[in-house]
Amino acid sequence: MKRIAALTLSCALAAGLLLSGCSVERVDNTGGSAETPSGGNSSNDGNRVLNVCNWGEYIDLDLITEFEEQTGIKVNYQTAESNEALYSVLKNGGANYDVICPSDYMISQLIEEDMLQPLDYSKIPNFEKIDDRFKNLSYDPENLYTVPYTWGTLGIIYNTTMVDGPITSWSAMFDEANAGNVLLINNSRDAFGMALYYLGYSVNTTDEAQIREAYQLIADAASKGVYQGKVMDEVFLKMEGGNAAVATYYAGDYLTMLESNPDLAYVVPEEGSNWFVDAMCILKDAQNVEEAHEWINFLASTESNLRNMDYIWYASPNAEALEQYPAYYEETYGEPLDMELYEIMAAPQEVLDRCEAYLVLPEETRTLYNDLWIELGL
Amino acid sequence: MKNNRSFLAIPYVVWMALFVVAPIIMVVIYSFTTADFSFTTDNFTRMGTFAVIFTRSFKLAIIATLICLLVGYPLAYAMAREGKEFQRVAMLLIMLPMWVNFLLRTYATMSILENNGILNQLFSAIGLFDFLNNTMGTDIQYFRMIGTQGAVVLGMVYNYLPFMILPIYSVIIKLDQSLLEAARDLGANSLGVFRKVIFPLSLPGILSGVTMVFVPSVSTFAISRLLGGGIQMMLGDLIEQQFLGGAYNPHLGSAIALVMMIIVVVCMWVMNHFGEGEEQAVML
Repeated sequence: MKRIAALTLSCALAAGLLLSGCSVERVDNTGGSAETPSGGNSSNDGNRVLNVCNWGEYIDLDLITEFEEQTGIKVNYQTAESNEALYSVLKNGGANYDVICPSDYMISQLIEEDMLQPLDYSKIPNFEKIDDRFKNLSYDPENLYTVPYTWGTLGIIYNTTMVDGPITSWSAMFDEANAGNVLLINNSRDAFGMALYYLGYSVNTTDEAQIREAYQLIADAASKGVYQGKVMDEVFLKMEGGNAAVATYYAGDYLTMLESNPDLAYVVPEEGSNWFVDAMCILKDAQNVEEAHEWINFLASTESNLRNMDYIWYASPNAEALEQYPAYYEETYGEPLDMELYEIMAAPQEVLDRCEAYLVLPEETRTLYNDLWIELGL
Repeated sequence: MKNNRSFLAIPYVVWMALFVVAPIIMVVIYSFTTADFSFTTDNFTRMGTFAVIFTRSFKLAIIATLICLLVGYPLAYAMAREGKEFQRVAMLLIMLPMWVNFLLRTYATMSILENNGILNQLFSAIGLFDFLNNTMGTDIQYFRMIGTQGAVVLGMVYNYLPFMILPIYSVIIKLDQSLLEAARDLGANSLGVFRKVIFPLSLPGILSGVTMVFVPSVSTFAISRLLGGGIQMMLGDLIEQQFLGGAYNPHLGSAIALVMMIIVVVCMWVMNHFGEGEEQAVML
């Protein structure tokens, strides 16, 4: 009897959880269509909160405290590991974020799936200061949903004492000469991306043959033992400690690693690479829309951008901040900024000219990417 | 349990229902449905593709379990035979690593095994590589340890060894001394006593030890990703890919998890039949 009771109870619970999952989704859909950026309820009761999700190590934490002091809004700041992990949390309905900060291609996917709400730019006066180069980009062509947060390039980080001569081409990522010392980035888009650049194809190709060719290139290198492992954040430990020679990673993170290991160098390969924009957006089912706008405006200010740039080493899209940063650095540290490093952080136009932004891929290409990515691990 | 104290079990029953039974039911539901929750068995027909990953995971978990048993049993046996003081110290040493979080320990293991890690630096400092290079004419700068299957097995053994030692120890220490004396009186030598009395009586401990090492080893993903590099996936990585990776297919992920659970349950069931007739071994 008891056993049956327990089983019934758990069945009921499971059913309840499933149903509530569905009903939450339904509420979201209807609630989203009547979309007035209100949030009035929460701002009147004195307990204003805001739920933010960003990447790890991606903000000067003092800015959060300052925002809380200025506005009295309590910020619940959480982090996600990758665009894909963020997407699955959003899809699960397990999170109640208001503001997120995904990368370009993920933003277009979220817009496509109607998960973001248009911003009220009258509440974000600092949007004016964003450099025109970062407005109306392909992921948000009319710039209705986003305010850029950072931008940068993907490239090769390598240890000059462990490889022969300077690296200039993606071929280093497939070269047996560095066998066992190459780190593959643990995200299918960037990993296949570097192979596609090397082969001279577009990273946004939907041609199955080209993608399979890129896969084969990586799979061959893997079977020859070129790769030591697939890494995301472990890359810091491995590159800083001289435990691996070559890795694909982001420019901003290279500058962080350089502080611990001066032997590291960074290059945007001659074949071209990805340049990305991470932008702040508000989810369609956000509870605290008013607060979310205040937060975005706060982070878009020149002051915040300067401090973030100094802290996380990713370039700011704020035109004033970009221009003032070398002076700001000199004032803060009492020595001039190394312009070579500055150009790695904020890539000059001639580098950007050979780079390409990721566009959202159609569903079937995404499935192909995922299938091939798993096949690589068989 | 025909007494009026069964209400004491209520907190646990509620707990089990909420966090064990309900999730399993959800896994079953997910694994038999598509994204829009209509019935399908497609998730299972795709399973053949992953046979390599299943084999690899089970192989490494079995190796790790065997090593744990080979190392853990003699230690547990010796501990149980020794005096109180030895037991206290040994127990402390076994438990000590478990006071540190498992992920931190794995990160630490990683920095020990790296190409330029603590172990390789030690070898280099004592001139091992120079010696090898001079005598064998090779050109080794370091031993490749990180990113190998050996590193994964090491990580599993390191993390789960206490779970093998403790149940075996607690069974052996409770053995009735008079049984051993009787065996000796009846003419059994030391080997005979061990083979005919101690070992069969410690089987329940072995079985729960094996279960507690094997099950987490099969499904681990942090160890395989950090120490094994993740180039060759294991089951845990594969399932994680379905939930948190670009793939985002919780239905396929649930199906893989379900198949894994079934295989593990079958393994445990077969194992427990070895111990039949002895005391009931604790399953799962």
